[in-house]
Amino acid sequence: MSVLADDLIDLAATRKSRGYWGNVGRRLLRDPVSMICAAILLLIALAAVFAPYLGLADPYLGSMIRRLRPIGTAGYPLGTDELGRDMLTRLVHGGRLSLLIGLLPVVFAFFIGTTLGIIAGYLGGVVNQLIMRTVDVFYAFPSVLLAIAISGALGGGLLNSLLSLTIVFIPPIVRVAESVTTGVRSLDFVDAARASGAGALTIMRVHILGNVLGPIFVYATSLISVCMILAAGLSFLGLGTKPPEPEWGLMLNTLRTAIYVNPWVAALPGVMIFTVSICFNLLSDGMRSAMDVRN
Amino acid sequence: MSEIDALKPAADIGGPCQPLLTVEGLSKHFALNASLFGKASVVRAVDDVSFSVAKGEVLGIVGESGCGKSTTARLIIGLMPSDAGKILFDGEPVGPVLSLSELRQRVQMVFQDSYASLNPRLTIEDTIAFGPKVHGVAPPQARARAHDLLRKVGLDPALFADRYPHELSGGQRQRINIARALALAPRLVILDEAVSALDKSVEAQVLNLLIDLKEEFGLTYLFISHDLNVVRFISDRVIVMYLGEIVESGPVEALWTDARHPYTRALLAAMPSLDPDNRTQEAPISGDPPNPIDPPPGCRFHTRCAHAEAICSARAPRLMATGGERHLAACFMVDPGSGHSKAVAPKVKETVNG
Repeated sequence: MSVLADDLIDLAATRKSRGYWGNVGRRLLRDPVSMICAAILLLIALAAVFAPYLGLADPYLGSMIRRLRPIGTAGYPLGTDELGRDMLTRLVHGGRLSLLIGLLPVVFAFFIGTTLGIIAGYLGGVVNQLIMRTVDVFYAFPSVLLAIAISGALGGGLLNSLLSLTIVFIPPIVRVAESVTTGVRSLDFVDAARASGAGALTIMRVHILGNVLGPIFVYATSLISVCMILAAGLSFLGLGTKPPEPEWGLMLNTLRTAIYVNPWVAALPGVMIFTVSICFNLLSDGMRSAMDVRN
Repeated sequence: MSEIDALKPAADIGGPCQPLLTVEGLSKHFALNASLFGKASVVRAVDDVSFSVAKGEVLGIVGESGCGKSTTARLIIGLMPSDAGKILFDGEPVGPVLSLSELRQRVQMVFQDSYASLNPRLTIEDTIAFGPKVHGVAPPQARARAHDLLRKVGLDPALFADRYPHELSGGQRQRINIARALALAPRLVILDEAVSALDKSVEAQVLNLLIDLKEEFGLTYLFISHDLNVVRFISDRVIVMYLGEIVESGPVEALWTDARHPYTRALLAAMPSLDPDNRTQEAPISGDPPNPIDPPPGCRFHTRCAHAEAICSARAPRLMATGGERHLAACFMVDPGSGHSKAVAPKVKETVNG
């Protein structure tokens, strides 16, 4: 059974296949913007993780006579805050909580939302209505308001703000997961899998999950920046982290009073939030185009 | 072949005379509720269709797009529930006796779109091994079976097992789809426009492959296509569908030489000829099929039929013997008692294929 037309492709086929994710990684590596953003995020994350071992000053140790020193002061490269604590130390240590509170809710919401969305999209009918209409209820509230309301009802604290942010991000992820799943479900390979006698759970696991994870993942990445800003907002309102913990949102809040005295220092936590969120946004954009097979 | 022991073709029950598949009164109506207060309209995609497929036969189903060919296939394999009708596989009714999952080991399907019918994230090997794994074959054996089937469809497992669908050509992908369908050792394979999307040279190769595989595995095919040349090449018997109904059925040569339904004749006349002296000057049937939401009363073809008379819009013709062996047509012109002016008595003892 010699196949003339196909033989030409066979010749090209002798190289080892890289697989889908291998190709995505290769395309991402070729994108300079994504790589710069990834490097910045990696640097900030590593600095935050290893903050106690970097030989920085004590983030809680203040000095009443060295309050609000400007950027570039000897011994305080990024100045001091309103209690005379070293800003560089607090920004590096602040990254620990800020990144945690920005990432964890999105990670939890990603798992819960993807599961619910795939179930709703694949099973359709009554199950779909039940899940999607419940999600719609949460959509009735603006996300900031919802986060504040849940946090307020549960009381302040880190755990409660994580919980409230998770609840805020589940509905949009369910929405995206459901619509992507509905699209994939109508493709012939799902019908072929059904025709081979596979159950709903097996089909969702083997055939749906791998094909919907990409778009949902990209969307969830873009939520990290929103989550960081919301978390900063909660801390700013006193619902998240409590002083004297270093956290970017909280630092922005406490330095607010110093905005006329030393605006550059007061803006630093905001610069960190901005940098991290824009890096996550650009990285998710890069991933979106890297995952587009048509490129 | 010990590794394939776990999946054998289902044993024959009724012997060679019993049809492998019998479809009786199969119907599928899609409800379209246009508005909240408007009357729900219904599309009769498949309307009271009955036929049977003999063991080892290739039954072709032809018709324009939207005539219900693919819906019929999906109803048979249970991808959508039917509204009415019975399906018997080798004499066993599907539902009460034969469960849907048992049926799905015995009947498999190859889809038209070779790319959409392969999971882009699974390797070729995983795609073919998926069915056997679902039916309880251990992964190493399922993989061995996948490699075996790749060889059977003419692809080298060493080159193709680890590849992804987007790295293959259309013809190669359709070979994978055929291997996937065969992985469960089915007795009936439904080929839904399986070669329509391929270019002509590849189409011929895949058709020859299908014929070889049919011989090797003792398969029966239900071959759905709009390409009359292909249907004539591969089929033993043909069913012509129009707007969800069967209008004519019979052995392929009888249909080509002695089509009795005007629609079948129009379809055959619409085939482009390779002979430059035999050019088709105008379309034998004009216009699109009528809206299936509101099919014309009586014979559904009367709005486009050159021979339509009053009776055609008054009553619906039934499938009747035309005189030829196993040759049926649903047209008043083959029914001498119908009152149609061109009705002729069936020719007695015609020697078809003679």
